[in-house]
Amino acid sequence: MTPEEICQLLQRTFPDVVEEAVLAGAHPYVVVRADGWPEVAGFLRDDPRCGFNLLRCISSLDLIEENKLAAIYDLCAVPRTTGDAPLVCPHQFAVRVVTDRADPHIPSVADVWEAADWHEREAFDLMGIVFDNHPDPRRILCPDDWEGHPLRKDYVFPKEYHGIPGTTEWEMPNPRH
Amino acid sequence: MSWIENRFEPGVIVTSIDWAINWGRSSSIWPLTFGLACCAIEMMAVGASRFDIDRFGAGAFRPTPRQADLMIVAGTVTYKMASRLKRLYNQMPDPKYVIAMGACTVGGGPYFKYGYHVVKGVDLVVPVDVYIPGCPPRPESLLEGIMRLQDKIRHQTRARDVIGQANRDRLVPLTA
Repeated sequence: MTPEEICQLLQRTFPDVVEEAVLAGAHPYVVVRADGWPEVAGFLRDDPRCGFNLLRCISSLDLIEENKLAAIYDLCAVPRTTGDAPLVCPHQFAVRVVTDRADPHIPSVADVWEAADWHEREAFDLMGIVFDNHPDPRRILCPDDWEGHPLRKDYVFPKEYHGIPGTTEWEMPNPRH
Repeated sequence: MSWIENRFEPGVIVTSIDWAINWGRSSSIWPLTFGLACCAIEMMAVGASRFDIDRFGAGAFRPTPRQADLMIVAGTVTYKMASRLKRLYNQMPDPKYVIAMGACTVGGGPYFKYGYHVVKGVDLVVPVDVYIPGCPPRPESLLEGIMRLQDKIRHQTRARDVIGQANRDRLVPLTA
């Protein structure tokens, strides 16, 4: 199925949750509202026309100008010959879920795709998006007592951590290009 | 050798015992396997046959700090790793030495500007004896560093345990 067909299918099935679509270019995606996202995720995985059984990646965006955070789910349908929905050609799609920057909450899809477990932990650790009903909501890369979310655009580097000083170039608190 | 240490004035030399013990210690520096990142590959190359480290007597890499006397910190040290590094250094028995291998351990390396989780130099965590710059340093550079360390060991004397005293003065506290 082409991205346009998938987008039309989603808009017919979930008319009030799917908000906009950007289908041109190499990375077509659809914007979905956060509170309706688990149903859409289940539909994308189980429907035989879509059959997205592989969550490749969850990327997170810091849209600081619009005061929002976004999580982008890259989905892929792996070709398979067995099972009740055989699929010949692979297709891929992306879904963007946007949430508020001040209180970011997105329902977790770790029960739909197991790969979401660690990817959501990474998005929480580095960007601060809280995933509701996550089976293991801990930081994954930074230590457990780390303060702040490092990949946000307004992150200030720590001056010291447990007695070890943290220096940066010319004492810049937030090095940027 | 504690019954003889620091009992004499600095001018007293205890020659042949010194020479023998230093020769034994410098010719059998057993490193602790502490390869953290890319420099570990060069350290493995040094351990392999082309740039053989075993001809210096230092080929017996120990997996436990209790049996090692050298810690070659090869690779980037992060804040999460720094507490484990301190703990392992404290577990090594005296006399112990540390080689900081590679740009990341010398002063943060390529992660100095944007690395929010990188310790900018392992000498902020443990006292270092030899610094080896490079990214990564050639295996010959690591061998040169080990030879410098051997020179340092050969100049020690039992009458004044300078290095051990310095280590005890800079004792790294075992906070988590």
